[in-house]
Amino acid sequence: MLVLALVLIPTIANDFFLVQIFAQAAILGLIALSLMLLGGWGGIVSLSQMSVAGLAGYTLAILGQSSMSQSLGSNSWLAAAAALAVALIVGFGIGLLVGRTRGIYTIMITLAIGVAVFYLANQNYAIFNGFTGYSGIAAPHVLGVDLRAPLPFYVLCVSLALMGWAGVAALGRSSFGKALIATRDCERRAAAIGFHVGRHRLVAHTIAGLLAGLGGILLVWFNGRISPGTIGVGPMIDILIIAVIGGMSRPSGAFLGAFVFVLLRTFAIDLVDPERFNTLIGLVFLVIVLTSRDGLLGLLGKLSKPERRKMSPRLKTLEREETS
Amino acid sequence: MKTAYQNGTALALVLGLAALPAFAQDTIQFGAIATLEGPFAVLGQEGIRGVEMAIAQFGGTVAGKEITLEVGSSNAQPDTAIAAARKLVEQDGAAIVVGPLSGSEGLAIRDYARTQPGVTFLNGASAAQDTTLRNPAENFFRWNPDGAQWVAGLGELTYNEMGYESVAIVAEDYSFPYTLVFGFMQPYCELGGRVPERFWVPLGTKDYSTVIASIPQDVDAIFVTLGGSDAVNFLSQYQQAGGDKPLVAGSITVDQSILSSRGRAKEQLIGTPTASPVADTNTDAAWTSFVSAYQEQFPDGLPIPSLFAQEYYISTLAALTALEEVDGDLSDDQAAFRAALSALELQTPAGMRSLDENRQVVTDIFLSQIIETDEGQLVSQLISTVPQVNQTLGFDRETFLAYGEVGRDNPSCD
Repeated sequence: MLVLALVLIPTIANDFFLVQIFAQAAILGLIALSLMLLGGWGGIVSLSQMSVAGLAGYTLAILGQSSMSQSLGSNSWLAAAAALAVALIVGFGIGLLVGRTRGIYTIMITLAIGVAVFYLANQNYAIFNGFTGYSGIAAPHVLGVDLRAPLPFYVLCVSLALMGWAGVAALGRSSFGKALIATRDCERRAAAIGFHVGRHRLVAHTIAGLLAGLGGILLVWFNGRISPGTIGVGPMIDILIIAVIGGMSRPSGAFLGAFVFVLLRTFAIDLVDPERFNTLIGLVFLVIVLTSRDGLLGLLGKLSKPERRKMSPRLKTLEREETS
Repeated sequence: MKTAYQNGTALALVLGLAALPAFAQDTIQFGAIATLEGPFAVLGQEGIRGVEMAIAQFGGTVAGKEITLEVGSSNAQPDTAIAAARKLVEQDGAAIVVGPLSGSEGLAIRDYARTQPGVTFLNGASAAQDTTLRNPAENFFRWNPDGAQWVAGLGELTYNEMGYESVAIVAEDYSFPYTLVFGFMQPYCELGGRVPERFWVPLGTKDYSTVIASIPQDVDAIFVTLGGSDAVNFLSQYQQAGGDKPLVAGSITVDQSILSSRGRAKEQLIGTPTASPVADTNTDAAWTSFVSAYQEQFPDGLPIPSLFAQEYYISTLAALTALEEVDGDLSDDQAAFRAALSALELQTPAGMRSLDENRQVVTDIFLSQIIETDEGQLVSQLISTVPQVNQTLGFDRETFLAYGEVGRDNPSCD
């Protein structure tokens, strides 16, 4: 059903919707998916996923081709591969740094990492080109098709998003995923059974780094540019908002959240006074979070099964953990 | 789980259908981009007022066609300006876009303009030099001076009249202040002025204590180019730190958006010399009638329209005047309209304006000094007018280009 709809969308939606709404939602969804993996299953709330994406994007811009003289001008695919490698390494590194911390301390450390990356990019001119950043970055051509043209870009982003979604869903069913969820539910018990909690978290951070890096590369191709504004505190919080309003219990929440977020950010200005539209966006997010404990996923669950209030097994474990 | 997707996709389909833009023959769709968020939010609001004024002046129609306006918001970051432009052009079907406001946004919109040859872009108030000087876009018109033009004559005024032989510079760290500082330093250093320190602070900086502490004690004055909330924050912190150096201001720092702000911090601006495309006490009839039209249309606006209201107004006015000349004809990729726009000689609140071969404006610039009126209002009092300043500041193009791209260290002032 979903795949059919995604195939049908290009026949009715215009280019603006294909790229600005669906492709952008897929990109932001991929980055939020990395947070969903960490937060929903690992119980690790990381604010620095946008920074991982940004560092991958900067790697792409610096190694690949742009209109700035700092770019090294190597092949786009090579640069993209290097960007993914950087994202993996950064994800691993963040995992090492925050692996031994819990809860609010993890949030503080990842916030600090994100802010540090932002200021580094903003004030370093030799590598990051300061406030201006990099512009004029083109997506590569495949068999004569420009990947940044509306339809190919839509197909690229949506298929990568589907792959990421399926991958994370499969991961959740795997023994690794089950063990990760176990470390979230009760760290001591998981350790007592014999799981190495630290190692599981480290692997989760690394995989999340890969997902965020993928999103970062697509984001740079999408915008054709990257500058510190792309990875500032605002965009970092945006990823958290997307994950939370979408719902952290399942991978689809990240994309649902991203879709609603992009729609609101694009069209709120048409609904209310141009000077007040951010208030409307904030109010909608507030309502979603207040009325549903699992974001839009929870709301949709309530709508479809109002009388039974059925919950996914994973949510039940969440519930039990909180009441116990 | 499945129903969740069904609901989601049904929603997507409905929205996708609703997204197809409606085109009508008897309307011309305008788009306007301004910084309605972030440190320049007040300035962006002023910009939109300027656009609305020009459209109201034409009664909302040109050559029998109704003008419709969609507004897009950015936050001074290039990415947000591009996102706003994409929505206006690709979704709302804007044929003519006015904006953006901030320098680096302008550079990004110029690059975006190249990908939309069927749409005409008129700059709002962005004033980075390279938006039009090097590698301009065919369909990007700037009826507004760049930062270096804004301060034409200020270097001479500072050195000769004020007698400041050395200044420290505090400015935001991006393309527009680079341009403005270049325009100030080029004549100032030529005359023998010295600039021992330049402090480039990130846009949106809230804490200036480290900058204020490092300002050298032996400078005669501080040249400040900060806009919006950045300027207010710097001024109040400098006053609280007991700073007593006289100031010289880049145009945006003594704009009405700051002069009419609340609080005592702005009082240290009294006596500050500046240069700008607006002078509040200008007695030219075109300016005074613009001011009264503004006050009438926006009773809740600033006491006197700011530089940004004027610049957005002039760009929109130019577009509407050219549209009227070609009888609303936007066919053939707007060829006739663009030819009319390039050839236009426009009477504006800032005097006569016209475009050069890069579609960059030639305009009058006003040197002024900040005074307090009897009502306790701060205004810029006109000292003299620098007539018809072009982008190369009177140099021939080759000589001017040889100065190189403006930046943190150019000009060097050694």
